Amino acid sequence: MLYRESGDFKTSYKADNQTFPIAFDRYRYWVVLAVAYLVIPFVITDYWANAILVPFLIYSIAAIGLNILAGYCGQVSLGTGGFMAVGAYTCYKLMTAFPDVNILLHIVLSGGVTALVGAAFGLPSLRIKGFYLAVATLAAQFFLVWLFNKVPWFFNYSASGQISAPEREFLGIAVTGPNTSAWASYLVCLVFVTICAIIARNLTRGSLGRQWMSIRDMDIAAEIIGVNPLRAKLSAFAISSFFIGISGALFFAVYLGAIEVGEAFGINKSLLVLFMVIIGGLGSIFGSFAGAAFLVCLPVILKLIGVDLLGWPTDLVAHLQLVLIGFLIMFFLIKEPHGLAQLWNVIKEKLRLWPFPH
Amino acid sequence: MNIQATEGYVTEDGRKIGGTVLDLKNITLRFGGLTAINDISFDIRKGEIRAIIGPNGAGKSSMLNVISGFYKPQEGEVWFNGKKRSAVKPYEVARQGVARTFQNIALFEGMSVLDNVMTGRLNLMKASMWQQALWIGKAEKEEIENRQKVEHIIDFLEIQAIRKTPVGRLPYGLKKRVELARALAAEPDLLLLDEPMAGMNVEEKEDMSRFILDVNDEFGTTIALIEHDMGVVMDLSDRVVVMDYGRKIGDGVPDEVRNNPEVIDAYLGVSHD
Repeated sequence: MLYRESGDFKTSYKADNQTFPIAFDRYRYWVVLAVAYLVIPFVITDYWANAILVPFLIYSIAAIGLNILAGYCGQVSLGTGGFMAVGAYTCYKLMTAFPDVNILLHIVLSGGVTALVGAAFGLPSLRIKGFYLAVATLAAQFFLVWLFNKVPWFFNYSASGQISAPEREFLGIAVTGPNTSAWASYLVCLVFVTICAIIARNLTRGSLGRQWMSIRDMDIAAEIIGVNPLRAKLSAFAISSFFIGISGALFFAVYLGAIEVGEAFGINKSLLVLFMVIIGGLGSIFGSFAGAAFLVCLPVILKLIGVDLLGWPTDLVAHLQLVLIGFLIMFFLIKEPHGLAQLWNVIKEKLRLWPFPH
Repeated sequence: MNIQATEGYVTEDGRKIGGTVLDLKNITLRFGGLTAINDISFDIRKGEIRAIIGPNGAGKSSMLNVISGFYKPQEGEVWFNGKKRSAVKPYEVARQGVARTFQNIALFEGMSVLDNVMTGRLNLMKASMWQQALWIGKAEKEEIENRQKVEHIIDFLEIQAIRKTPVGRLPYGLKKRVELARALAAEPDLLLLDEPMAGMNVEEKEDMSRFILDVNDEFGTTIALIEHDMGVVMDLSDRVVVMDYGRKIGDGVPDEVRNNPEVIDAYLGVSHD
């Protein structure tokens, strides 16, 4: 009975254009934000931060980034891991080269550098589409990981080839390095997620978003009505990579603290983020969150049920997880190509009329 | 009636037609060995409804694709708004003020009707990426202003009820109307309609004809259309170009064209005895 739009009249286009046109959605959005900012930081434990909340937030940014490219602009990319690595290594180089500059600025700059790299690797999209483009971005993935492995300048000539984040403070509180408390890393990620999601939403509802979607739906017609395909595709690659770069920087600096590039940002990472976008919903910001939450929580829940509750061996549960994810990908591709976001929309449609069927 | 004058003419129903908007001079278009358009010249004047007709394969759609910049003719010149057009990309032609619809609908299926029509105004929206990202200043103001213009067109074409429906769910006739709305939203100097009535029943054809006339009347839009239904063409258009096998075989007011022996031959066949 809460979910009603009757009586919720719009008298201006501004009111009609807002992100959550239904009042109940609007209240829910503020409640979620309030809980995320005012409640969780005070009750968060190390386990919750490291196992669920921080990776969820970081993957959400990556999924939003990939969703802009694949879901809104229709350009498939398998280079997400490589672009995350660009963000991480840029952040590392900036942190070590300019230790006095604010870490948050470094993270944003890492996004900027990744945007440039992403736009460069987006150039083939002007000539090729679909599978061929996917293969071209796969080349970016392998090239970037190889580059960060082979050129010692990137990891400051460290003997192990790893990079590890030095401790940096923001307002006197450690946000990177081993002394970071759970709530601090959570809050840093949360702030970035909030800003990224709002920016992504604004871009996708404006004229740039319409250019992307028109390229996705029919590129020839888009060009005939005046969309410059070069600008639209490259801006999608750049902005998508900007978000992915930020997520890579956070993943390295705030979440893991120390990484080895092939392990942290290999092809598996690209596929994981792609699965998040597919399961969550192509062309939906909410879907990016849903997909990230789903794939971050799935292993945790499976472990809880399988290992802790039923007492199965750990490796069995780990393999079961792979099988399950594979099955779910097939299920969503066949049954609901628009993913969890579409399921959520269907539920909302039903709720609007509930308890009546029509 | 003298329609060769450089500065306009007055139609039978008393509408004043202005000077030349588009002038095609000796256009030849070849695909390999096939000559799709063979040395064709004609002009389109401000405010008129110009029809291009001809049997299947006559080169009508190719002609439209030349005008909208999708095909580049090997020979000949296209003059638009008094300037010779050099080889440009289709999106640049759109920005100069040419909008079109397609024979088999080319809407953006994943977007709502409103978003589809709004894409028609993309070239009139100037907010920078940064303004859009933060949704400040020009971005929001521009969105609302353009929404008002678009709502006017949506009203005009009577598609208010479906404005938030995804285009993929609409029936054929409505899609055609949405496509017309998208082309109109660009406020074009020249509107190209590629078979706007293909596949419609009589009632839908009547609706569409009324919309085309209303558009011309209300916005003063110059329209060039391709159509197969002779009755419709003769009723709607001010002047007609007839093509056959890539050549121009007739050009003039509907009555003239109707009585042109070559046109009758092309349409009805001729006994060669």
